Amino acid sequence: MTKKKKAIMETLHAFPFLLPSVIGLFIFCLIPLVISVFLSMTDWNGLEKLTSSGFFAKHFIGLENYIKILSGKEFYQVLLNTCYFIVLYIPLMLAASIGIAMLLNSPRKGIGLYRILYYIPVLTSWVAGALIWRWVLSPQYGIMNNILAMFHITGPNWLQDAKWAMPAIVMASVWKDMGFFGLILLSGLQGISKSYYEAAKVDGAGKWKQFSSITLPLLTPTLFFVLVVALINSFQLFPQVMIMTDGGPNGATQVMVERIYNYGFRYFKMGYAAAFSWLLFIIIFALTSLQLKMQKGWVHYD
Amino acid sequence: MIKNKAKSVLFHIVALAVGMIAMIPFFWMVSTSFKSQGALMTLPIQWIPSAPTLEAYTRVFSMFPFARAIFNSLFIAVSYTLITILASSMAAFVFAKMQIPFANGLFKVYLASMMIPTQITLIPLFVVMNKIGLINTYGSVIFPSLFRAFAVFMLVQTMKTIPNDFLEAARIDGANPFQIYRKIMMPMCAPTIATLCVTTFMDSWNDYLWPLVMLSNKNFMTLPLALNQLNGQYATQYNVLMAGSLLSMLPIIIVYIFAQRYFKSGLMAGGIKG
Repeated sequence: MTKKKKAIMETLHAFPFLLPSVIGLFIFCLIPLVISVFLSMTDWNGLEKLTSSGFFAKHFIGLENYIKILSGKEFYQVLLNTCYFIVLYIPLMLAASIGIAMLLNSPRKGIGLYRILYYIPVLTSWVAGALIWRWVLSPQYGIMNNILAMFHITGPNWLQDAKWAMPAIVMASVWKDMGFFGLILLSGLQGISKSYYEAAKVDGAGKWKQFSSITLPLLTPTLFFVLVVALINSFQLFPQVMIMTDGGPNGATQVMVERIYNYGFRYFKMGYAAAFSWLLFIIIFALTSLQLKMQKGWVHYD
Repeated sequence: MIKNKAKSVLFHIVALAVGMIAMIPFFWMVSTSFKSQGALMTLPIQWIPSAPTLEAYTRVFSMFPFARAIFNSLFIAVSYTLITILASSMAAFVFAKMQIPFANGLFKVYLASMMIPTQITLIPLFVVMNKIGLINTYGSVIFPSLFRAFAVFMLVQTMKTIPNDFLEAARIDGANPFQIYRKIMMPMCAPTIATLCVTTFMDSWNDYLWPLVMLSNKNFMTLPLALNQLNGQYATQYNVLMAGSLLSMLPIIIVYIFAQRYFKSGLMAGGIKG
């Protein structure tokens, strides 16, 4: 067989294997992307048929949606809300999940049970989780303020208070995610060779010194992965907001995906919502690229 | 010896404290689900219901087709997982082991697509699904599993570690590509496939936004949607809501306890939703 003939045969063989996935790529990714770009430049209300004659002439408005979003106050408020979430969520989640990883990393009896305990919130759907938290945070009859009362603290109105609604969502999110990121960090911890610690012990390094100069640096690749995922997830915050506060009170917990959903499927401003979703993409893309660039400064691969 | 014992006790105290924080909301859920409507709003609150009742559970079952929702969730999650594994492993086989002209470029498209948030495709896909009449069918939530870039990526990484000698040997014995895929690639990827199964199943089982948009007919609702519906009807009757939440959690917890091993190793895989 000639080389060229072999290549053709191989391509023919590959074709049926690729087919289902590539059909999926077109239908569920590429074509919708093109439609989405187009929609974002229309004032379509979701009702009129897209294929009706003269649709383009009637509804095409160019970049108007983008201009409207970027020149309004709401977009920046939404970004600010998301940043507030991130500033509270990331450090708390990191502390909790590093703690869980360290706990689960010691070979002791009963570890299996703790692992299940920490992981149950992860298994719970956000709908159930958010309903549970709404009831936990009920100002009068919820368990949270009653526990606080035991320490003579008067708990706030959590979800009805513009000041406390976002921290409450952060609390629920840390609770939901700490087991997930904890187990990821655990797998990172278990990848660190024991010989480093033995060498450190010989040199007389204490526990804290071992943590700060062996564990943390060698954990940075896993930490980096966790940070990237957590940041992307933060910008896609949705079910907990929908169910716990529905964006309220007074817009204090409005976030990107919540806006996209509401504009698209409640107010039927499909074009506006599509433009919003492209802005979300740009933000996520920029942040992820930035993180990839900055990792050289602090992530150690051995 | 004594020092070790003290350390061990300290460990368990800390571990239990963290466990308590994770569990208190669930304790509150279970406790509330056995309360009567009247016992919800009494002060001081009842940590443990003074007169436990199954009222909330009968309410949930009579008002909502929960059995149907459990079936829907199971059917969707299982189909979604099977299609993901099948379509992704077939594509991964090509990317990892076949030398064809456009494969590299195509694989780059797959990798790039992982950066795109699902919300962008949500609105156009709603339009497309509406057009072809897939809204309010299982298909609208199952078919997107055909294209899961992250699963393809994971499987390519694993398949690349399978030595080419195996494939050569099989080819000399007269195996065709399909037999190589089935008899060599799939068995050797078993651990990755197992973890992908678990994480994909969970993603589908707990998904909210996508089914929320695609499925509005009660008969096709998944568990999270059923709960959402329950929330719409009983916004303040927390005994009913908590009973529903508890019921919705049970299946996945049972799966978890049996499949714990795969969950653990599959965590890195499940980190990014494809």
